[in-house]
Amino acid sequence: MSKKLIKKRKPNRSIAGDIALYLFLILVAFIMAFPLIYAVSSALKPLDELFKFPPRILAQHPTLDNFSDLFVTMGKSWVTFTRYLFNTVLITFVGTFGHLIIASMGAFVLAKYDFPGNAGFFKVVTVAMMFTGWVTQIPNYLILNKLGWIDTYWSIIIPAFASPMGLFLMKQFMEGLPTSLIEAAKIDGANEWKVFSGIVMPNVKPAWMTLIIFSVQGLWNNKASTYIYSEERKTLVYALQQIQSGGIARTGQGAAVLVVVMIVPIIIFVFSESQILETMASSGLKD
Amino acid sequence: MKEYLQKYLALRKHNMSVAWKKAKNRKMCYLFLAPYAILFTMFYVFPVVASIYYSFTYYNILEPPRFIGLQNYISLVLQDDIFLIGVKNTLMIALITGPLGYILSFLFAWLINELPRWIRSIAVIVFYAPSIAGNCYVIFSVFFRGDAYGYVNAFLMNAGIIDSPKLWFIDPKYMLPICMLVILWMSLGTGFLSFVAGLQGVDKSQFEAGYMDGIKNRWQELWYITLPNMKPMLMFGAVMSITQSFGVADVTMALCGYPSTDYAARTIVTHLFDYGFSRFEMGYACAIATILFLMMILCNKAIQSLLRRVGT
Repeated sequence: MSKKLIKKRKPNRSIAGDIALYLFLILVAFIMAFPLIYAVSSALKPLDELFKFPPRILAQHPTLDNFSDLFVTMGKSWVTFTRYLFNTVLITFVGTFGHLIIASMGAFVLAKYDFPGNAGFFKVVTVAMMFTGWVTQIPNYLILNKLGWIDTYWSIIIPAFASPMGLFLMKQFMEGLPTSLIEAAKIDGANEWKVFSGIVMPNVKPAWMTLIIFSVQGLWNNKASTYIYSEERKTLVYALQQIQSGGIARTGQGAAVLVVVMIVPIIIFVFSESQILETMASSGLKD
Repeated sequence: MKEYLQKYLALRKHNMSVAWKKAKNRKMCYLFLAPYAILFTMFYVFPVVASIYYSFTYYNILEPPRFIGLQNYISLVLQDDIFLIGVKNTLMIALITGPLGYILSFLFAWLINELPRWIRSIAVIVFYAPSIAGNCYVIFSVFFRGDAYGYVNAFLMNAGIIDSPKLWFIDPKYMLPICMLVILWMSLGTGFLSFVAGLQGVDKSQFEAGYMDGIKNRWQELWYITLPNMKPMLMFGAVMSITQSFGVADVTMALCGYPSTDYAARTIVTHLFDYGFSRFEMGYACAIATILFLMMILCNKAIQSLLRRVGT
């Protein structure tokens, strides 16, 4: 084993450097993970432990009370916790699904066909990645208002369909697909839609996961504070803020919602990491 | 001259007709692109244009927009002290967390690159998690709580560095530095993933050629082999970190309050939010958005031309 390790070492590396590197990485990893670990452990702490001083990092008697409290105490309030959860899940699911289909269709023709306007359109999409959603926030409000979508789920879902990042990554990844694959299918008499749904999409599964994670990340954390007014259509992050401003008695519940909010994107990432990295390998921006 | 012009026009006409024929042949392509293109134009391109248009008007949603020329911009620069604070804060955050976050992203991607596969994938999760953990940064308000029970205060007091608890998020002196710390904590995002993936893709035989040519340590290897190979990813990462660092608002609003004491944590986006959705002065808010838009685009262009020189 050790022989193999030595063999694998690159000739121009010093052992001391490697050891220092490992120590440094472990330290940084600890700093990065600490707030997240702390958040999870406070969600698991019973109420008396939350206010213990000096505080302990890890819960001594872990319990899921805080989570069940969310459903029980908030179940009596006007808008239940389940409703917030439902809103967020709905927005995330529909928004991500539509984004995946629509962006993939666009990416497919941009990557594999040469037609007038192709390069120009893609260029505009890359420029769009350079400004945040904040710049477009106000005109978007006006547009959504005109469409009558303010205070509906659509105000969050439909703009998410057109997120430039997804199209960009999908197009870059599809470019790596051998063109001969598509040509062969065409010779066999498949039309564009068949090529897209039968050949291209099954071959870019890693990119699906990438689009999904970025879309979920955006939608799951969406506060919906500006486009949605009705309490019963607000999202989880909004509920989180309400609970946190609810004072000290709800510290435990606040921690529990925080965990619900953060755990979903992280879990998706953990299970799709290798596919996402495969996609990101073609994420480069050529000019 | 005239003949030349005629030839040029004929050529253009020919090109156009070729393009038109091509477009006709590729009708399917446009059909495929249409759903995305329509939505994208509606929610990304058109808003920018609309934002520029409204920035020259007084518009409060109730009355129709009234054209007032450059008045919004003049008020922003000459009369709105709070906007200038916002610009200053945004630039400070962008100049510090942008480059630092970018460098950290690359540094860590590079450092974990040679680890064994399974350790590397755990490391990627640990480093990337803060940036996708959503609102998890609010946990920092627990660490930096203003009373003696806050962890940081308690620690510093026990160590004898300070003698009374500091009001971290109320005292303007500490607000920005702590926000920057939190932003840095979350800065290993999409760019980081791109770097990790890009580093894996660098052709191994180039390193072997490097040993032969006498590359002595990992730093030389980085500059002469790795970086030039990574250019497209470096560009992509730069776009990501510029967009992020100019758009800071969520963190400062969640941690320091909205509005914050003395507007000490106000950013351009917070100001935009204030005028757009609290006061409904859409024209004014659009002027802010247009300035932000120009800042981001210019900064991106500048950084890209800088990055083009890497390794040359």
